[in-house]
Amino acid sequence: MASCVEPGMRIALPVDYAGVSMAMTQPLIERGAGRLHIVCVPTGGLQVDQLIGAGLVETVETSAVSLGEAGGAPRFNQAVRDGTIRLRDATCPAIHMGLLAAQKGVPFMPMRGLIGTDVLRFRDDWLVMDNPLAGGGDPLVLIPAITPDVAIFHAPMADTNGNVWIGRRRELAAMAYASAQTLVTVERIVDDNLLSSETMAAGTLPALYVRQIALAPRGAWPYGLWGEYAPDTDELARYAAAARTEAGFSTYMQQPARQ
Amino acid sequence: MSQVLPREILIATIARLLDGARHVAVGASSPIPAAGAMLLRALKERDGQPPVRISILGSVDHNFFTNGSAELFDCAGQGRIDAFFLGGGQIDGRGNVNLVGAGGYPQSAPRWPGSFGAAYLYFVVPRVILFREEHSPRVLVDKVDFVSAPGTSEPGVYRTGGPVALLTGKCLFSFDKARAGFNLESIHPGHDLGEVRTATGFEFGSDADVSSTALPDPATLALLRSRVLDELAETYPAFAAEMRQDLDAPPLTLSRGGLA
Repeated sequence: MASCVEPGMRIALPVDYAGVSMAMTQPLIERGAGRLHIVCVPTGGLQVDQLIGAGLVETVETSAVSLGEAGGAPRFNQAVRDGTIRLRDATCPAIHMGLLAAQKGVPFMPMRGLIGTDVLRFRDDWLVMDNPLAGGGDPLVLIPAITPDVAIFHAPMADTNGNVWIGRRRELAAMAYASAQTLVTVERIVDDNLLSSETMAAGTLPALYVRQIALAPRGAWPYGLWGEYAPDTDELARYAAAARTEAGFSTYMQQPARQ
Repeated sequence: MSQVLPREILIATIARLLDGARHVAVGASSPIPAAGAMLLRALKERDGQPPVRISILGSVDHNFFTNGSAELFDCAGQGRIDAFFLGGGQIDGRGNVNLVGAGGYPQSAPRWPGSFGAAYLYFVVPRVILFREEHSPRVLVDKVDFVSAPGTSEPGVYRTGGPVALLTGKCLFSFDKARAGFNLESIHPGHDLGEVRTATGFEFGSDADVSSTALPDPATLALLRSRVLDELAETYPAFAAEMRQDLDAPPLTLSRGGLA
């Protein structure tokens, strides 16, 4: 699946608790398609940090990058200090608005907040405009559509028709709607059509939006997957410590996964 | 019952600041705010008062959102969230919050994770409580290096929300929106005004006679140590265990040499 990713593409990746396809990280690094523009939906963590550490990332568009309880994201922080990545700092709802605009096929979505922040000041692609429906005044921020080339995430199951069960993690659907193609790793593949049951269909992303699916048991590790397994906090802490230096990061990445 | 822990004072103070809120949202990695909201919920239930809804991001038992991570912001934008918490690498005297980094931008050093939802929620949640346990001049600064979210907005900007208070490990400030500044409300037991002044990098208003932050009453404390700690353990197991351990530890006693 990693061969679907070409240099310079815009890649959407989910927040750490929604279903991160950690199983795709190593294949992406081996594939080596660089100059990536990562869109974190709406924040990033381990996977983004590892792609940055591997030198594949040119731009990070995000509301935050961290390893949660394990602390700051070491390769991201280093790249910020060194000025080796281009930052597009955002705020969570702005990322959602950008994806929503893409989903609706409109050029932008207006939103409240942001006015007077440095987040807005440093975004030359965002525009402030007075509400045209009010009698004057009432400034709003226009967030341009975010149209990733590829969305990548991990989910509990898919069926043999290519439908993917995402439960209540609707941001995964939002990513897929907005992206030109979506790659999904799953814990298991079931024979029954997920759309044939009303209960399952409500939480299913139809195959219409999915380009490829791969089987990857425990594919979110060391992150957890909702309803399936908890995060491996020891492993996250181990990475956080190791990746403080470039050499430590390289050594960590060369070790086989220890789950 | 053992003596009141400093963190219990913070939790009880947060519950007091939240009084009257119907729906409280708590971000990830915020055990003390979460405990404060849970304490308020438990107190309201005990007293037969209208229920308090809590949405804790990252929790399964204390989160009823089914529309992904966008739903919190949709809720907030409609005025369905009454209270929220913000921390910050830097908070300045005008209520501005910096979650991005110190020094210049974009090459911040240190770089912090980022603004998360602050650049939106600060505008639309009526009661935002700024909470940061560390009370030092590097956190409470005169002017933030990066404005993730501003304390106040120009007239004409849609602003139904903003800061109401700043709670630290040393004291409680209230926010005066009219003059965009903080007033010292109370100092926690064991701290004094001189210490607060030294540790605060911005000017603040204060009365000559500042009161001491109220301690929770025994019934509140009992509720906090039983039901609230049990609930908290689901989302913050390590924090709940640590608090239980502190409660079981023999109290510190003062000797001539200081803390023995």
